[in-house]
Amino acid sequence: MPSTHQTLDEILTLAAAHFKVPREKLSPDDDFFKTLGINSLQTLDLLTKLELHFHVELPDYELQGVSDFRTLAERIQARL
Amino acid sequence: MNSFHGQTLSWKLRDGVIELALHREPCNEIGSLTIEELERFVAALEGLTHEAHAVVIHSMLKSGFSAGADLRELYQQVEHRERSEVAREVRHYLERIHHIMNFIDASPLTTIAAVHGVTFGGGFELALTCDLIIADKTARFCFPELRLGLIPGFGGIPRLKRDLGNAVVRDLLLTGRSFNTTKAQQIGLVSQVVTEGEALRVARATAAQIGKFDRCAATAAKRFIKPIPCEELRREIDIFCELFTHPAVEEGLRKFVESKDAQPYLP
Repeated sequence: MPSTHQTLDEILTLAAAHFKVPREKLSPDDDFFKTLGINSLQTLDLLTKLELHFHVELPDYELQGVSDFRTLAERIQARL
Repeated sequence: MNSFHGQTLSWKLRDGVIELALHREPCNEIGSLTIEELERFVAALEGLTHEAHAVVIHSMLKSGFSAGADLRELYQQVEHRERSEVAREVRHYLERIHHIMNFIDASPLTTIAAVHGVTFGGGFELALTCDLIIADKTARFCFPELRLGLIPGFGGIPRLKRDLGNAVVRDLLLTGRSFNTTKAQQIGLVSQVVTEGEALRVARATAAQIGKFDRCAATAAKRFIKPIPCEELRREIDIFCELFTHPAVEEGLRKFVESKDAQPYLP
């Protein structure tokens, strides 16, 4: 099983590639809504990408109140 | 009519396949104009039945198949109105929708929904009228109605229960969570999962394969295995109309309409 650090790194790389943002501009405690400039539709898109990448189910309500990459990584890590 | 180009949708008959394309920005929200054009579609479908063997329903918009009912329009109809008057209008609206959905569900043709992206609420319910759902990997399925104080009203619960069983309905309905295509295929909701942008091509290939079979046998097979859950569909309308008079619905719709997010789809 990957460490939380590895999971976090993979999320940042995946988000940067998908939303065409330079990887170095993303950091773990960023508010991803602001940094990526995404709305809820694009958040669902990100959720799909993350679920398929990590082979997990992440119910939408697990993301409620989650806006930074670090907490997102913790939520995914809990299901790996 | 072999083809039609409307403001919210278009259709054309080609090689025995009727393709219904949804194209109302931002995400094929189903409002009064879409309903009018869907009514034209089902009226035309009746006449095209002898010239076709399959129907493919898809979206031309990148955002997804459909986000479901046009909640902004629904809110305008509800806002500051007498509840009894609203209830009558909502029942009429649902009966029109159910006529469309039931017609597609019971069509003697083989029907395929080619879906991607947001396939929520009424959009999900439209896909559920089809015999097969082919999804690309971006598709997500959801019944978010409970957050508005409602149940799905376009026939989705009885159809999903018929096709997959009560437990799946409870999971989607009571949690409001959305399923990705992996989950949807595991439970049997989606027949084929394809890479992004490929759902329509695969649906066309599937429709071509279906064209090889004897139409009479295919229709008989469909009638045998896909009964219309009429009693539950009628009950659904009653429950929806009863819930619609509760103040929680107007409040839920108001929150949605006033959201600063252009597309507040996260359940």
